[in-house]
Amino acid sequence: MIGLGRWGRRALIGLPFLWLAVFFLLPLAIVAGISLSQSADAIPPFRPLLSATSAGLHLDATLANYRELAEGCLRVYLNSLGNAALATLLCLLIGYPVAFAIARTPRVWRPLLLFLVVLPFWTSFLIRVYAWIALLQPSGLINRLLVAAGIVAAPLPLLYNGFSVELGLAYSYLPFMILPLYGSLVQIDESLVEAAADLGAPPWHVLARVILPLTLPGIAAGMLLVFIPAVGEFVIPDLLGGPDTLMVGKLLWQEFFDNVDWPAAGALAMALVAILTVPLLVAQRLAERAEAR
Amino acid sequence: MAVLDIIAASKRFAATIAVDRVSLSIERGEFFALLGPSGCGKTTLLRLIAGFETPDGGTILIDGAEMNAVPPYARPINMMFQSYALFPHLDVAGNVAFGLRQEGMERRRRDARVAEMLALVQMSTYARRRPHELSGGQKQRVALARALAKAPKLLLLDEPLAALDRKLREETRLELRGIQERLGTTFLVVTHDQEEALGMASRIAVMHEGQLVQIGTPADIYERPKSRFVADFVGAVNLFEGELVDAAGGPCLAIAGVDTPVALPQSAGAAAGATAGTTLALALRPERLHLSAERPSGFALAATVASTDYQGGQSTIHLAAASGRKMRAHVPSATARGLARGAAVWASWRPDDAVVLTE
Repeated sequence: MIGLGRWGRRALIGLPFLWLAVFFLLPLAIVAGISLSQSADAIPPFRPLLSATSAGLHLDATLANYRELAEGCLRVYLNSLGNAALATLLCLLIGYPVAFAIARTPRVWRPLLLFLVVLPFWTSFLIRVYAWIALLQPSGLINRLLVAAGIVAAPLPLLYNGFSVELGLAYSYLPFMILPLYGSLVQIDESLVEAAADLGAPPWHVLARVILPLTLPGIAAGMLLVFIPAVGEFVIPDLLGGPDTLMVGKLLWQEFFDNVDWPAAGALAMALVAILTVPLLVAQRLAERAEAR
Repeated sequence: MAVLDIIAASKRFAATIAVDRVSLSIERGEFFALLGPSGCGKTTLLRLIAGFETPDGGTILIDGAEMNAVPPYARPINMMFQSYALFPHLDVAGNVAFGLRQEGMERRRRDARVAEMLALVQMSTYARRRPHELSGGQKQRVALARALAKAPKLLLLDEPLAALDRKLREETRLELRGIQERLGTTFLVVTHDQEEALGMASRIAVMHEGQLVQIGTPADIYERPKSRFVADFVGAVNLFEGELVDAAGGPCLAIAGVDTPVALPQSAGAAAGATAGTTLALALRPERLHLSAERPSGFALAATVASTDYQGGQSTIHLAAASGRKMRAHVPSATARGLARGAAVWASWRPDDAVVLTE
């Protein structure tokens, strides 16, 4: 900080806050404002929250959008949370052994394996989801192989249902689970594993009593990184889901583009933000407790 | 009966042989030290005993039972790690209880055992602390308590004092001995510090390039080293090489650049049987080198004081003899004060104070 001066220092500290204010808080406030307004046949399609009349400023806020949401969309939220939770669990169950294996591989091989984990990001997300359509459809590769091998008589309904949505979610967000898990697994001192074994713990006890507790921060980080975007995911349920797939992201899209009901879409978005604050706060508390150790 | 029997154990890593046909037997209640420079294979040998490495050849028996195929968690021994390896997510009591919980010991007995162990290492008041809240010395105590909690048949200690500062190291050395004597547990310590090994152990094995080169009591190792390596590694030494000659008083060693041959110690029975002309080496501890201003009768070496290294109670005098030979002598600092740099002195020793080295 030498040579910056008092104002320079303030600017340096203030810059991230300015960034957050302009690109996060301000848009969030705008969405919150829209969510409290009434839908209208206008451009933009809602009545202004504040209007200047002869009697002075007039506040035209309503909670109607939220009331509607609570009445009609509870199931959609529960569905989204359930789908995201299942995808998070799947990512954890698949990701933990993968991260564990990478962390246990000789040092020279690790960069290559990590590279393979992030390799899918080199292709567009949309293209990868479309690729799943090609794989899962009745005439797709998977069904043709299953039929040819005589495992099933007729193609299985793999696409446009809950299965394909979960598959898509788990597939797409798996790297976000593997990377933080790897980060915490690779930090574990090998002598701790040996000490546990020396004190009589067979491998599965070493895992349960030493490795899992020590990687809790990584597990929490990975779960947040998967769960939060998965709840609001739009592309996967839209492309891989069927007519009965109800997720907030899809509903939001419908309200915004198809029904042109911006206030309803705004309320949906704000409620989602509020719901997702809960796991973040829990994770924050857990991290503080871990820090206190 | 021996607690530990190692029979011709070998371990190879790629091109290097870390442990080369080592055979060793440790009796119940011994405080045994495995001493050697870094890279001599002593840690690998310890890991073979603990079960973290599998031997390429040979057998390891603990209490008479073969251990080669037994995984570390099923061996009736415990280890104190050099890094202490305390579990950061458990408090002190949780660390000490880890092995007992693994055994399935019921809660009340477990708590009593943990309390007993913490009292043994004087850490009772720290039971609820986390490892990161402890000093190095406290961590060391917790690691010791944890390793002793299961009452192992053999306790392995990997450089137990290496991470402590000098003053604490000496205190802890005494405490380790006290605890070992009180419990009667067999201790096997790995160390590179000869002072530590000499001060703690009842028996020492010196290891060099994967092989055990000498096993004996601390006094054996220090006063009767068998090889140049042991003489040089364990303490400081003056080496004199020469040719065996026959003289009136018995076999003598003719040292190059020294006019009178020096008599061999009487203990050198085997060497005395060697024929004249054989090349031998004499090892002499610096504290056995006698310095005098006047030439003593009989054998003596003329030298000048090159430098004086003050160490408190005693001083090390570095000497240069006529032929360019360098020697060192340990003398009380009061005596050293009379020896200025450049002073001419006569160095001599009693024949029986020297040791004949054949290797």
